[in-house]
Amino acid sequence: MRIRVHVTPRVGVLDPQGKAVAGGLKSLGFNEVGEVRVGKVIDVTVEGLSEEQALERGRAMAKQLLANEVVEDFDVHVSAN
Amino acid sequence: MRFGVVTFPGSNCDHDAYHVIKHVVHRDVEFLWHKDTDLSGVDAVILPGGFSYGDSLRCGAIARFSPIMESIKDFANAGGPVIGICNGFQVLTEAGLLPGALLRNQGLTFICEDAWLSVDNGHLPWTGHCPEEIVAPIAHHDGCYFADDETLARLEGEGRVAFRYCDRNGNVTPEANPNGSLNNIAGIVNERGNVLGMMPHPERNAEAELGDASGAWVFRSVVRSFLEGEVGR
Repeated sequence: MRIRVHVTPRVGVLDPQGKAVAGGLKSLGFNEVGEVRVGKVIDVTVEGLSEEQALERGRAMAKQLLANEVVEDFDVHVSAN
Repeated sequence: MRFGVVTFPGSNCDHDAYHVIKHVVHRDVEFLWHKDTDLSGVDAVILPGGFSYGDSLRCGAIARFSPIMESIKDFANAGGPVIGICNGFQVLTEAGLLPGALLRNQGLTFICEDAWLSVDNGHLPWTGHCPEEIVAPIAHHDGCYFADDETLARLEGEGRVAFRYCDRNGNVTPEANPNGSLNNIAGIVNERGNVLGMMPHPERNAEAELGDASGAWVFRSVVRSFLEGEVGR
């Protein structure tokens, strides 16, 4: 089973990487681009857990280490592979 | 008075800190290994700069789980003087010993240059004998200090900003802010004032050969505070 954690900068937290990427997209001609936020995806493989347990463990991992809640938000998704 | 300098895998300013304490400030000093669980009775702890654990995940995020960090938390909570410089500051925020976080520099580049610092609160254990301004080099990619509005207001209201980036005349201006830190913050302390985190490196400007040597006053300040019984466990 795979736990996928998306970590993104919190609303209100400056994201200079997102700003730079937005500038890059615009200079390529993607004029529709508004704001870009750059985060990360962390995949964790686990064994012997139900989907519900995996979700709960994934949230605990995100809270304790994978995200820094001072500046980042996270979502946790679980899938079979 | 005896100092301990912590070495994490990836620390690279531990020897600089050791040198300054031993040969400039003339105090006893020893290295503490990240896997140690006791602080061997030291009176002050230095978390040095570097790239602990390769900055994996986030700067300082993994170092906070080093066995020695539990003892450092107890030491800090008991009033022992602790300074985190650069990566050490990042470790202190990740460990929850200091509020806020250090984000990627606003300009996205690694910055390596001298920084002029205005001593915002000169009555702290680590700043008590500092002149009004000191010079300390910065060398970081993730040094943009951030805290939520409430935390920032508390830090400002309680006089917990130790250093702010300023120009050569001591003026704290947006132009003098190298990395986008909120309110030009270069260093903060905990509620009690015994734990200091700062992005600039005072140990790299502690001798006349390397500049005006004003960085040494950070270390001399804590020595005097300790000897006068103002800080310590």
